[in-house]
Amino acid sequence: MTPSAVAIAIIFGTIFAGAVTGLWAGRRRQMNLEQWSVAGRGFGLILVWLLMAGEVYTTFAFLGASGWAYSRGGPALYILAYLTLAYVVSFFILPEIWEAGRKFSLHTQSDFFLQRYGRKSLAALVAMVGVLFIIPYLQLQLTGLGIIVQVASFDGVGRTPAILIAFVIVAGFVLSSGIRAVAWVSVLKDSLMLIAAITIGIAVPYKYFGGIGPMFRMLLETRAAHLTMPGSTPDKGHAWYISTVLLTSLGFYMWPHAFGSVFSARSGDTVRRNAVIMPLYTVTLPLLFFVGFAALLIMPGLKNGDLALLLTVRQSFPAWFLGVVGGAGALTAMVPAAILILAAGTLFAKNFFRPLFRPAMTDDQVARLAKVMVVAITAVAMYFSIYSSTTLVGLLLFAYSGVTQFLPGVVFGLFWKRVTATGVFAGILVGVGCALLLVVTKHDPWMGLNAGFVALCLNFVVTIVMSFATRPQPDGFAEQVRTVAVVGDAP
Amino acid sequence: MKARHLLQLLPALVPFLAVCFSVPLWDRVYPLVLGLPFNLFWLIVWIPLSSLCLWASYHLRQRGRISPSPPGKGLPE
Repeated sequence: MTPSAVAIAIIFGTIFAGAVTGLWAGRRRQMNLEQWSVAGRGFGLILVWLLMAGEVYTTFAFLGASGWAYSRGGPALYILAYLTLAYVVSFFILPEIWEAGRKFSLHTQSDFFLQRYGRKSLAALVAMVGVLFIIPYLQLQLTGLGIIVQVASFDGVGRTPAILIAFVIVAGFVLSSGIRAVAWVSVLKDSLMLIAAITIGIAVPYKYFGGIGPMFRMLLETRAAHLTMPGSTPDKGHAWYISTVLLTSLGFYMWPHAFGSVFSARSGDTVRRNAVIMPLYTVTLPLLFFVGFAALLIMPGLKNGDLALLLTVRQSFPAWFLGVVGGAGALTAMVPAAILILAAGTLFAKNFFRPLFRPAMTDDQVARLAKVMVVAITAVAMYFSIYSSTTLVGLLLFAYSGVTQFLPGVVFGLFWKRVTATGVFAGILVGVGCALLLVVTKHDPWMGLNAGFVALCLNFVVTIVMSFATRPQPDGFAEQVRTVAVVGDAP
Repeated sequence: MKARHLLQLLPALVPFLAVCFSVPLWDRVYPLVLGLPFNLFWLIVWIPLSSLCLWASYHLRQRGRISPSPPGKGLPE
């Protein structure tokens, strides 16, 4: 067998094992809308941890982080900081969100807005913006999966067919399973990913430089400026770092899928304890940075930094190991992609289409429409991944500049009585508009600050001003809050 | 109630200061620690330390829930 056949065979074997695990986990239960999207709210600490961890190790971390370490250098460090801080933020807001979810049986982020603010148009806007910005995140996963197929086939499969293959794999995987299946495939994915990251993160620097220390010493001699900010970029200094870390760590749980995954937890305390241990999950991430830095010395001058990790693996290890790494990588794209698509499909069908166009739809019909949307949304993301050349990290940053605009509505919704639906509606519109405008006109970063962060600040101001300018409204969470205060919030 | 909530927030502010706002102080290569550039080393160290800070927040919260509320305050939570 040729090396490419070996590598490809192992990758598809891994994907197959993942799909079988998913089918097995999904088959044991009746799949109604509640099961398919929030698994009947029965996940304990371990499964919630796996599900949320599944969202951390995406293609973004695997190929994107190493890719930015390779092409940008210092600014890539924001990734280590924001993931850590995202859990700190989650510790305080997630249990509150979970509590609201339990009391009012919410499934999605849009349900949360509808319950709190009691305005259909706001809930529909939230659903629409959510779906809109899931697309670049999905595009990231498909692009990553495409890169894996392309590199593992020793460029025998070109970029476009590779992405088409990625599309078929992902859509098939989602349609055949639901969120419970996804959590179990996460187990397989995370174990493989851990093995892959530890092996290559340590072996690559040892093989070429005799250790991690010597590798950095060599980098210091030749590319010292690459290691600190702004690294190899002209415009990503400390102000960019701070604004980006704030934007992304505050926005981490504003993702519709991450927000929705909170509802699958068994108790608010599960979510809280989960947040305490979650930062530890990022501990292997630096290993991926090591590979990106090593690649800079081993194969300088790559046009696309996102290829750095896989090309280094291909050059340094036997083909079967490239297959193992590729397989792990394929799962790290499939699992998050599935989670994203599930969230987007459900949001579109349940929170956008039904309330606005077909109020009479039954839950089963909604579930069916959600499945149709799975294909449609994945196809749109595929279209963009074929025609765009943004780096994987660049895609995620763009997506963050959109979804973080939900933050004022969520935080004020939980902690500020005076906020109004109109205020939040206007804030989201202005925030998203401002972010899009700055990015499209190539003003990101703007005055050294992350464009999404500038938009978020504007969003906060607009939300506050417009809330004061409109009449106070009842708090959709208030009634029940009082009852619970008497009973205590023990799970 | 409010006071205790603020108390829980305190340990959580530490990671924000350490890995976000203070970046000009630690974003440099030297001193190398364990062969790593200082900025990378600093961020890695703060991964477990952030967990520790949250653990502190968690315990402040638990203690507040079990023991009687501070004087002059109402029901826990």
